[in-house]
Amino acid sequence: MEGVCKRFGATVALQDVSLAVQAGEVHALIGENGAGKSTLMKVLSGAVCPDAGRMWLDGRPFAPSNPLAARAAGVAMIYQELNLAPHLTVEQNLPLGIERHIAGVIRRAAYRRRTEAVLQRLNRPDLRPETPVRRLSPADRQLVEIARALLTDARVLVMDEPTSSLGLADIERLFDVIERLRADGVAIVYISHFLEEVQRVAQRYTVLRDGRDVGTGALASVTLGQLVELMIGRRLDEMFPRVAHEIGPPVLQITGITGRRLPNDVTLTLRRGEILGLAGLVGAGRTELLRAIFGLDPVRRGTVRVGVYPGSAEAYGTPARRLAQGVGLLSEDRQGEGLARARSVVDNIMLGWLRPFMILGWLNVRAMRRAAGGWVQRLDIRARDVGQRVQDLSGGNQQKVALARLLHRDVDVLLLDEPTRGIDVASKAQIYQLVGELAAGGKAILLVSSYIPELLGICDRIAVMHRGRLSASRPAGEWTEHALVTQAASGKERVA
Amino acid sequence: MSALTPLPPLPKPGLGRSMTGERVIAALAPLLGLALVIALFYAIPPHPRVTMLDLQTVFVHMVIVGIAALGMTFVIISGGIDLSVGSAIALASVAAAITLAGGWQFAFLNTLHLGWLNPAGAVNAFGRVSPILAAMLAALLTGALCGLYNSLLITVLRLPPFIATLGTLGFYRGVAKWVSNSMPVSAPTHGLEHWVRPVPLQEWLPLAPGVWMMLGLGLFLAAVLQRTVLGRYTFAIGSNEATARLCGIRIVRTKVAIYVLAGLLTGLAGLMQFARLTQGDPTVAIGVELDVIAAVVIGGGSLAGGQGSMLGTLAGAFLMAYLRNRCTVLGWSNFVQEMIVGHIIIIAVAIDQWRVRRTER
Repeated sequence: MEGVCKRFGATVALQDVSLAVQAGEVHALIGENGAGKSTLMKVLSGAVCPDAGRMWLDGRPFAPSNPLAARAAGVAMIYQELNLAPHLTVEQNLPLGIERHIAGVIRRAAYRRRTEAVLQRLNRPDLRPETPVRRLSPADRQLVEIARALLTDARVLVMDEPTSSLGLADIERLFDVIERLRADGVAIVYISHFLEEVQRVAQRYTVLRDGRDVGTGALASVTLGQLVELMIGRRLDEMFPRVAHEIGPPVLQITGITGRRLPNDVTLTLRRGEILGLAGLVGAGRTELLRAIFGLDPVRRGTVRVGVYPGSAEAYGTPARRLAQGVGLLSEDRQGEGLARARSVVDNIMLGWLRPFMILGWLNVRAMRRAAGGWVQRLDIRARDVGQRVQDLSGGNQQKVALARLLHRDVDVLLLDEPTRGIDVASKAQIYQLVGELAAGGKAILLVSSYIPELLGICDRIAVMHRGRLSASRPAGEWTEHALVTQAASGKERVA
Repeated sequence: MSALTPLPPLPKPGLGRSMTGERVIAALAPLLGLALVIALFYAIPPHPRVTMLDLQTVFVHMVIVGIAALGMTFVIISGGIDLSVGSAIALASVAAAITLAGGWQFAFLNTLHLGWLNPAGAVNAFGRVSPILAAMLAALLTGALCGLYNSLLITVLRLPPFIATLGTLGFYRGVAKWVSNSMPVSAPTHGLEHWVRPVPLQEWLPLAPGVWMMLGLGLFLAAVLQRTVLGRYTFAIGSNEATARLCGIRIVRTKVAIYVLAGLLTGLAGLMQFARLTQGDPTVAIGVELDVIAAVVIGGGSLAGGQGSMLGTLAGAFLMAYLRNRCTVLGWSNFVQEMIVGHIIIIAVAIDQWRVRRTER
């Protein structure tokens, strides 16, 4: 791929990106969320048409018009969210979309043999082709996806965060499979932000940052620190500004909180002026914990006690009551939950607390716009106008709007779920700065993040969640990236 | 707390002229469409003139659908739908007729001192509540109860609005037939029929009182939608219910309020239905819910929620009434009207979809 550009409206997703992957190599594509990795891979797989740039596959020009064409040419994607039909069997899923048929009747026999051959090649002859996919574990489903790619003799295999939902043993098995494919001469693009994992499995790397490729080379010749600095484009201490803050009395005390499925018997104490980080794998129950505290999900057992409210140790609150007590939640799902995308910046900021603008149910719209304008300036939200719709803003600015809502509500306890996911580096640094300033102002912050450098960079203490249970928290200085990853994956403490 | 690292100064918030321009155009879009269709139909030979009487008739014919559509606008903006409107109109009209036929007075009202309402004819010569007010109360109450029941099904039982109101569509119709023994209920109208006669009794009024009521309500509810907490919450729930919950908005309470408000307006539409027929007919207004929904959609309401306006809805209702009237004036058959109105809806929604797709890219 050479000089690929892509714009979405005002956002430049990719600018002049080049990527070269050789047969028989695992090439790591790394970069922060929102750096353009996914978009680049969508271009490669034909899901998105580039505005400029050219691609070659095996020396021939390659310009897929849709994913099917790319698949036929030998480029296969394994997405984060697995794209399988859960009610169909393994055997039915493999050729989905490219079935050979005679007058609409699928030639099953032909595929049965090839299915078995492919599973053999993946060293999993024990996987029965007639099992419905919904009965398989996440790891086996992923294997089915890979098998699907092999069925079409894929030359290039793109894996997007393939280990994000796997346990340690499954990750080892996956690495085995990748090694086999590589030995067979398949080119593998491996997208991940677990850098240690990348160092193990890949030979070469390309780093993307804010839609540009900023570095490429052999992994053996760089250190982890160099990679991180390439990814964030600045030195680590600039990225995570330290704002001095004092830790005060406890403000949120949770004992034995247990949800319908997750979390499981979690106890923690959060103090004023403290930033407590929650690490863990996707699906470990961190989001569920925040939702349970905020009263969005039902709680089976346990108590949540907020600040000075003596009678507030009830297990089941509602978001309205929690907000009244001074607890606010920033959702991890900005598009689906966090923001009313079609509504204006004003509406989204003010929606949490209209009372100051209310006279007998009527709203003082002008005062609302003025107040929103204040937040826009304070958080440096880049919007043409406070009346602009939130969906037209960039990810970073959207996130700041969601944060402004909590600040406008003036909550004391901020439950922040992946606050920097999918936003640009400049906005990230601003949000880190803001979180530090909030802590300095006496707010308590519970920060869930899958991005470990960020946890290590801004938190006072970090606790790890594994399968719904929470470990004891330790000062951030006692953790290393490796220790956090190990404990998140295994649940066992292994202090470095 | 100090401010964040200052970056280049921003344009002063609230002064984005280009944005306001866009918004004005977006708000007027339904009206532009309306003007276009009106001009188009006016241009069809042999150019029959639009007389004052035509206009008065069109307005009177849109009253029932128009008033109900004002309520439906709230429901649709909140992401819901109400299929039971036609049945509820019939039930409310029957309730109004029974009240008038029985001469019911709502005794408790007599304990209120309503003398000050006298100019509006609220109290009769004997100092008692006028039958019209009693009938109106009966219709409003019926409508509100229908709305309340719908909202409880939707919030407490968590049924999708489509299913809940599909059920009550049958239920309210059944109740209407039950209380009226499946027969139209005749009742003294006390002049109510003049509210929806094309030519008003009062010479100085160009349009019938019912039309003025509809337009007044439209204006008032437009303000409610744009300028009140209820309006803001309605939009918020419709554009993203999860966000609304996250913001601490009490979803159940707000939805009940929305459906009861819509019910009140449906009840009023039922009273107008009674005025039109001068009897309470339990089999009337079958399928009117589709006209009501169509009016909202033509006026820019999105069935996915989060979008719609009162002005647009009234324009949509007017458009449909105008087309019907025009087809009659041109001497076209009923089925031609149906074919045309059907496509107006299709075109309106297609344009809306196209707009949504364009802005989401």
